[in-house]
Amino acid sequence: MGGWKQKDLLGLEYLTKEQIEHLLVTAESFKEVSTRGIKKVPALRGKTVVNLFYEPSTRTRVSFEIAAKRLSADVINIETETSSIRKGETLIDTGLNIQALKADIIVVRHNASGAAVMLARHVDISVINAGDGWHEHPTQALLDIFTLKQKLGRIEGLKISIVGDIAHSRVARSNIWGLTKLGAEVTVCAPKILIPPEIEKMGVRVTDKIDNAIHNADAINVLRMQFERDETTAFPKQLEYFKNFAVTEERLKRAKKDIIVMHPGPINRGIEVSSAVADGEQSVILEQVTNGIAVRMAVLFLVAQGRRNR
Amino acid sequence: MSMLIKQGLVVDPAQGINAIKDILIDKGNVVDIADCISANIEQVINASGLVVIPGLVDMHAHLREPGREDKETIETATTAALAGGITSVLAMANTAPCIDSAQAVGLLQKRIQKSARANVFIAGAITKNRKGHALVDFRGLQNKGVAAFTDDGSSVDDEKLLSKAFGVARSIDALIICHCEDTMLSAGGSVNSGIISTRMGLRGISKESEYKRVERDIGLAESAGAKIHIAHVSCAESVEIIRRAKQRGAKVTAETCPHYLMLCEEDVTDFDTNKKMNPPLRSKDDREALKQAIKDGTIDALASDHAPHTENEKDIEFERAAFGVIGFETMLAVGITALYSTGVIDVDMLVQICSTKPARILGINKGTLVKGSDADIVVLDPKHEWVVEKRDIISKSKNSAFLGKRLKGRVAHTIVNGELAYSAGGVL
Repeated sequence: MGGWKQKDLLGLEYLTKEQIEHLLVTAESFKEVSTRGIKKVPALRGKTVVNLFYEPSTRTRVSFEIAAKRLSADVINIETETSSIRKGETLIDTGLNIQALKADIIVVRHNASGAAVMLARHVDISVINAGDGWHEHPTQALLDIFTLKQKLGRIEGLKISIVGDIAHSRVARSNIWGLTKLGAEVTVCAPKILIPPEIEKMGVRVTDKIDNAIHNADAINVLRMQFERDETTAFPKQLEYFKNFAVTEERLKRAKKDIIVMHPGPINRGIEVSSAVADGEQSVILEQVTNGIAVRMAVLFLVAQGRRNR
Repeated sequence: MSMLIKQGLVVDPAQGINAIKDILIDKGNVVDIADCISANIEQVINASGLVVIPGLVDMHAHLREPGREDKETIETATTAALAGGITSVLAMANTAPCIDSAQAVGLLQKRIQKSARANVFIAGAITKNRKGHALVDFRGLQNKGVAAFTDDGSSVDDEKLLSKAFGVARSIDALIICHCEDTMLSAGGSVNSGIISTRMGLRGISKESEYKRVERDIGLAESAGAKIHIAHVSCAESVEIIRRAKQRGAKVTAETCPHYLMLCEEDVTDFDTNKKMNPPLRSKDDREALKQAIKDGTIDALASDHAPHTENEKDIEFERAAFGVIGFETMLAVGITALYSTGVIDVDMLVQICSTKPARILGINKGTLVKGSDADIVVLDPKHEWVVEKRDIISKSKNSAFLGKRLKGRVAHTIVNGELAYSAGGVL
């Protein structure tokens, strides 16, 4: 394929299989930078990256900040509270102001689905979606896929199960887009109330039995259960969830021996995953964190190139 | 002032005309329709190669005046309507103040008299301030001249109250128009519930939230022996419920809107808030069902649900953006593009759903060119293609779902009460 032409990364829905593969290969080449004594390359020297976070986030923001700094970019963090009703500067106005400050890339995290898409439509500088509502979290899915590929050597034909609050998960959606485009067989598993309507039309299998999700799976991606945003009384109680859906050693006994356990973090130990599994041999949770740097370096690097190539 | 429209293809289903005719207008009325009229007339419109139809009657419009003149005014709305060939509109009651008293109707009538460029008919609310708690004075509002009653924008949740409303409406032969939505099921949603809401990560608005209310409201009207009109039908299930009700003789009529016929839920995946409306765009199957329902007469009318909103209310996060799209200037062209050009219906049927039938449903003296009728006439070029551009929109708000779309059919002239009020390329 030729040069990268996308100025933005808004979601894996909007990328082709080839583009995703190109991103993964680029991430591979950046992984080594973080192992050097001097962990820096000049790829984005003189560029300004603005982390615009409307939702509290530590790990994604820090990961983007480290990635940008290892590419020698200047990084500004803006963390701001927002509410649906509060009057204030609109997202578009904020974006235009950041553009007027001659920043080059906005990394945006927002609680409304579609926020990054809307922002990208209104600014000429690059926009990277660091999570928008329940919609997409493309860099998380890319680092999940990158980690899988490192561990298993391929994605095509793999059986991957995603367990947890699928309905409210942008991580699940981005993983579904990315994995299905790369030819994996994806199963989603959750209590029925947390399965969004017609999700099978995204090309996934659906089950509400954790043992079905684990059986025969090459990897299982365990989502964080966000009981803190419990909106409905029908939301399963924590203990009940642990009993019926947690990934435990006991359950993994019936899984493939070398099954990989992933989690986007932060972990609720004893809720969606037992401590023994989270810390166990099959867990790649901390490798995911490390790989996140390489993946985000690749994304920052490519969108900057994409803007030049337009 | 007299006017002669020469040699257009006159289509007026109300009197069974579909032929090349001349139309003579004098003092605001149609005075003659004949194969060839020779008279010494001041104003002659050559309609050769064009289609001449009764002015459109749009029975679902939000003019926003009084109260939200930043979105639209009676003057800007009716000017936009003329450009779309719409000569009569029914103004919904959800203004500020709400049209729920004879006094509010009177004030609105004064404003209409002052600034309306097309005929504006008034809908009164069903309940006071559209709150769903107490009925308006139906007789008082009817005496003042309202053409129908509706809480549009909201459904009347209280079953007993709505039953009572149908009872009163029956006794005075008034029409109630129902916005059918169970907000217990739809609250928080912004797109059709299903694969699209799932993909977009948005809460869905289920079809159930609409059709269950359609079924309930028709049932209540039937029990009272009253007329009912269902607003903005968007899904196949609602169509089927209306079809069965008509078959068993219920006095039910229904409308759908241009956007439901040309677009579908997939068109909204770009998070373009100009395609966000309530009810939302549904599936392709629903769109087909609506077209069939127009074809077989289950749906009687095409109505714009013209709902202007400022850019401040639209250029924000999708789930927070206002519901609604403007529609006056594109309704006829979308009707032609989606229904006539594709062969779903013929031109007679097109005129029926845009003019003849909505006039009949509202019981207003419009929708025909029969001798003696008001000279509200549209001269139309059905073959002319154009692209909807923001800069060309006359309406004060620009929130069209059709921006950038190529449409077929353009209004050449609009005549209101015997006066030439619009010609392609400009308002007169």
